Amino acid sequence: MALIHRSSILKPLSTAAAASFPSLRRPFSSSDTITVETSIPFTAHNCDPPSRSVETSPAELMSFFRDMATMRRMEIAADSLYKAKLIRGFCHLYDGQEAVAIGMEAAITRKDCIITAYRDHCLFLGRGGTLVEAFSELMGRQAGCSKGKGGSMHFYKKEGGFYGGHGIVGAQVPLGIGLAFAQKYSKEDHVTFALYGDGAANQGQLFEALNMAALWDLPAILVCENNHYGMGTAEWRAAKSPAYYKRGDYVPGLKVDGMDAFAVKQACKFAKEHALKNGPLILEMDTYRYHGHSMSDPGSTYRTRDEISGVRQERDPLERIRKLVLSHDLATEKELKDIEKEVRKEVDDAIAQAKESPMPEPFELFTNVYVKDFGVEMIWHLEQIGKNSELCFLEKIQLATSGPTRHQKKKNRISPNKCF
Amino acid sequence: MTSLRRFPRFDFASKFTTTSCTSSSRRGFSTTTSSGSSGGSCTEYALTLQQQQQLESGSTGKSINLFSAINQALHIALDSDPRAYVFGEDVSFGGVFRCTTGLADRFGKQRVFNTPLCEQGIVGFGIGLAAMGNRAIAEIQFADYIYPAFDQACIVNEAAKFRYRSGNQFNCGGLTIRAPYGAVGHGGHYHSQSPEAFFCHVPGIKVVIPRCPSQAKGLLLSCIRDPNPVVFFEPKWLYRLAVEEVPEHDYMLPLSEAEVIREGSDITLVGWGAQLSVMEQACVEAEKEGISCELIDLKTLLPWDKETVEASVCKTGRLLISHEAPVTGGFGAEISASIVERCFLRLEAPVARICGLDTPFPLVFEPFYMPTKNKILDAIKSTVNY
Repeated sequence: MALIHRSSILKPLSTAAAASFPSLRRPFSSSDTITVETSIPFTAHNCDPPSRSVETSPAELMSFFRDMATMRRMEIAADSLYKAKLIRGFCHLYDGQEAVAIGMEAAITRKDCIITAYRDHCLFLGRGGTLVEAFSELMGRQAGCSKGKGGSMHFYKKEGGFYGGHGIVGAQVPLGIGLAFAQKYSKEDHVTFALYGDGAANQGQLFEALNMAALWDLPAILVCENNHYGMGTAEWRAAKSPAYYKRGDYVPGLKVDGMDAFAVKQACKFAKEHALKNGPLILEMDTYRYHGHSMSDPGSTYRTRDEISGVRQERDPLERIRKLVLSHDLATEKELKDIEKEVRKEVDDAIAQAKESPMPEPFELFTNVYVKDFGVEMIWHLEQIGKNSELCFLEKIQLATSGPTRHQKKKNRISPNKCF
Repeated sequence: MTSLRRFPRFDFASKFTTTSCTSSSRRGFSTTTSSGSSGGSCTEYALTLQQQQQLESGSTGKSINLFSAINQALHIALDSDPRAYVFGEDVSFGGVFRCTTGLADRFGKQRVFNTPLCEQGIVGFGIGLAAMGNRAIAEIQFADYIYPAFDQACIVNEAAKFRYRSGNQFNCGGLTIRAPYGAVGHGGHYHSQSPEAFFCHVPGIKVVIPRCPSQAKGLLLSCIRDPNPVVFFEPKWLYRLAVEEVPEHDYMLPLSEAEVIREGSDITLVGWGAQLSVMEQACVEAEKEGISCELIDLKTLLPWDKETVEASVCKTGRLLISHEAPVTGGFGAEISASIVERCFLRLEAPVARICGLDTPFPLVFEPFYMPTKNKILDAIKSTVNY
């Protein structure tokens, strides 16, 4: 069912797909298959591109809509929470790039690994993380996925195969190659997706990692999420060749419309098969972030507002799914609006729940630096500070280091911010 | 940060009589640079400055913050030396902390330019540029990002040893690496670290950290014109907070010369950068309880001014060192060891170190981690009452 045809640079959604057919709606079962054509053909380097026709089901299409709406809403809410100073630290939002997370998840299993940089909130959700865990982590609460000790840039979910959010640009890619080696060594039929941005694509360690992956035929897929700006620097200012899918030279690559979840799905499915058979592959996801690089970047000084609104109107990943749902008569516009309302409520509830979660106990400052009893004890140092002390800080830290059981009994929780 | 304004202003005229050339050769570093490659211009600047000093004595500048002072220094550096260049991630747009605002417009894109996100490349490139006799002023966006440049090849293995291993044929003395360091209140793991101690383990480079805008300007200009590669860490917490009058003209402050910024008789406190304002508050509190504290700004960590600290400790008999970096293996350990070697019989109490804790820099626990005023005050008391 080839519904969508592309022509212009901005790759507008086909108007044919925009019409809705409220009266023709029919109940669907998950066994129904729908074939969707990707927005544009894949561009391949050193390999044969996969077909543009992607198989999906009504259930998957609807779940894409709901999941993507959740991600979008979560990021908007995180933006407000940051402005309200409930989220501190650095915070990088994913809105605009959701199709990458959604499409990738649809093509792989939780046994496959994903590792990324600091723009990690939505990938975490995709790997099965919950909204409460996400918001709690953002606000530095105990219920967070990293116990409130990581913050926005450091989301992890081990059982979901999510090896996390890493802080240093490009540094996660060599780690991903290590994951892939482990997978190959243990003869698993699983692969690792190592994500990085167009800015990170110029880091030297990427090429070291790529060489190792190719040399040893590791099941690693390097995913360049090209949102066209490394912080405030447009890709063409930072890269002699912004064709990141070709950067691997001897490693095959594929350029994908990263605003089209089905193109991403198709590409990831292809990449997984390829990587298991032949070794690494580079996927360049042509995507876009609506927000600035981080919360201190308004995102409007190095690009025009027209550019942002143009992408929103013509390439938005959520709108694309909405139009597909409507054109396949799987739901009415009102039903989709209702889903969005539900999502909004879920997000609000999660925030309320996250706010209820306490800050981590002060002793957590010292846990996980080393394995317990296998590293340096901090208490000596604290005792040194506290020798002649009557200070609130020391009483509290000493209390805190005496362990969680005694501490939990105290009604008045210690907030680090109130200690001084 | 009002307390910074209370720091006694550096004595301008007296400092310049012993500007970097003389003081550095006294310590056996950077003896006269040979054959007019990068660097030999120290004396030339010192003279110019003395003349300027005479001309402009008594003139005061505008009240500006630390990033504007850095910006002024960079303008002067590029203006006074046509072979000076500024480059780094996003610098031609002004940089994330606005330190390089206006430079690209004034000096052109050939001299002020953005680099890709590749720290190792930035520093390696800077070494090459400096080796051809230019002044390469590289910016690493956060000190936390300096490690790719550190561990692979550049700062430790290339820059620091270039002069030594080439028998003085080559050097990268014109290289200055600027990087914002330290806590900002909510920076978390990768935007708050203080990596100065790593670099203090590397003979061949200098490590400099200013405490306030006027110091930042004078020290940065000295670093840029110093004939050795310098790592210049800027306290990002003070970029906007520290405001004071900064002379508008070109001036340099000597490297490797510590400054007593508060005189006292009971205990010597040594620190650098943003931590000094915290230490000063502790000194004020201690004063109320009758403890007279002497506060020293080390300014240059490598090679550091042992004499000033030694003289002070011989006077007070006690020493406290404070820095944000974790205590174990921090630069405080080096100061402590050196002073114990030199002043063993004069010490009346063990040297106290109030530093960051031995944990990764935390996000929500930052107030616990930091060497706060209360921790310092407590240590002052216990050291004095030892």
